[in-house]
Amino acid sequence: MNAVRRRSELLAAEARYRRVIPAGEYWIEVIKDGEVLRIVDVEGNQSADTLFFNAADPAERYSAVDTIREQRNVYLGVGSKLLSTDCKVMAEIVADTVGRHDTLGGACAAESNTVRYALEKRTMHSCRDSYLLAVAEQGRFGLGKRDLTHNINFFMNVPVTPAGGLDFADGLSGPGQYVEMRAAMDIVVLISNCPQLNNPCNAYNPTPLEVLIWIADVR
Amino acid sequence: MIYETLIEGGKHWSLTVHAGMRLRLVDRGGGANVGMLFYNPQNTLERYNAPDTLKCQHTFKLTRGHCLYSDMGRIFCSIVADSVGWHDTVCGNTNRAQIIARWGAKNYQTYRNDWTQNGHDAFLVEGGKYGLGRRDLAANVNWFSKVTAAEDGSMQFDPGNSRADASVELRFEMDTLILMHTCPHPMNPAAEYPRCPVLVQVDKTEAAGRDDFCRNARPENGRGFANTEFYRACGCSTEQA
Repeated sequence: MNAVRRRSELLAAEARYRRVIPAGEYWIEVIKDGEVLRIVDVEGNQSADTLFFNAADPAERYSAVDTIREQRNVYLGVGSKLLSTDCKVMAEIVADTVGRHDTLGGACAAESNTVRYALEKRTMHSCRDSYLLAVAEQGRFGLGKRDLTHNINFFMNVPVTPAGGLDFADGLSGPGQYVEMRAAMDIVVLISNCPQLNNPCNAYNPTPLEVLIWIADVR
Repeated sequence: MIYETLIEGGKHWSLTVHAGMRLRLVDRGGGANVGMLFYNPQNTLERYNAPDTLKCQHTFKLTRGHCLYSDMGRIFCSIVADSVGWHDTVCGNTNRAQIIARWGAKNYQTYRNDWTQNGHDAFLVEGGKYGLGRRDLAANVNWFSKVTAAEDGSMQFDPGNSRADASVELRFEMDTLILMHTCPHPMNPAAEYPRCPVLVQVDKTEAAGRDDFCRNARPENGRGFANTEFYRACGCSTEQA
């Protein structure tokens, strides 16, 4: 499944929903079973830190470990079935112009930034702060800190070495690259557009993402 | 030695340890797997975070020198000794359906203590004792188990990773609630449900000095220790009396 690139046939003009997510902000929406979500890396090398929840039972959520173990591959790409904590398919990646996405690195947080970069970075903005604001503001979803589990980093390239190392390499993504997934159940999608200013992966320059949604194909 | 107990294969247990204690696991017969999760007993919303642990130390495996981080930038424990060399933290657990598919349905009614418990249910049971549930489970450690990733990302389980009497030793840097099970690793291809007993030893130990191996293994760990020592200095985690 790796390094496979597949373009989408869906037309932006036919999307039912289209929105730009500025860096440092969150986005949360319900995607219905069969609908297609596209995330666009508008200017390139941005990270879309993404979580999925079963809309009918949010205690069932995306599970990075179940997803990679069941597909027997640590990277996500076309054909990857995004599994829940109950090992049910929540969505499947159906188009991808990048070829590889990370789900090992998790989201940045103020606290992990102190460890990774410097203790004095503790007040800088992070994905976890955006997630926490999202679950606090959007109480209708019934989510809280305990629901902020291990996410997908769309457009991030985190190669694992056979010897057991973990690198943070320059992204394979670029301006206008995108990834698309079709929901296999009604899901709540929570995205933090990563505000990280300390990681060379985005050239210290966080940029906008765009999301588009198409209704289920009824043909 | 404060305490020592043998956990048979396919079982689960939980315990709370203070900062300044050590936990040693011994694979008695080889081929063991110990699933483990960690929480702050004073605030269980603070919990083991495998992605932070891996990215802070630029590693995919766990071995001596590595620290196990919470989502709050603190260190639950440091791996101070390890005769194995590779422990997994990205493969999660078996669940009931997988156990049945691989090793058949062996329910309690018929098989009593030889039923085939799964790691997911084991964590739900142990976590429930502390008010934790489905929303609180996270990527766990699988002690003694090795899964490598090839260049193309494909994953391979190593059935010969841990031999009889292999051991790993954890030094706790803050008070920690530990959930554990001895159910098989979810990628273990063994023909029969593996039942591998694990010896658990709990004792006091010395606090990490300035020249400590784990503290100095990476600059990130020095900052992780600083965060944890500040937390302890504030009285939020206490040395064992």
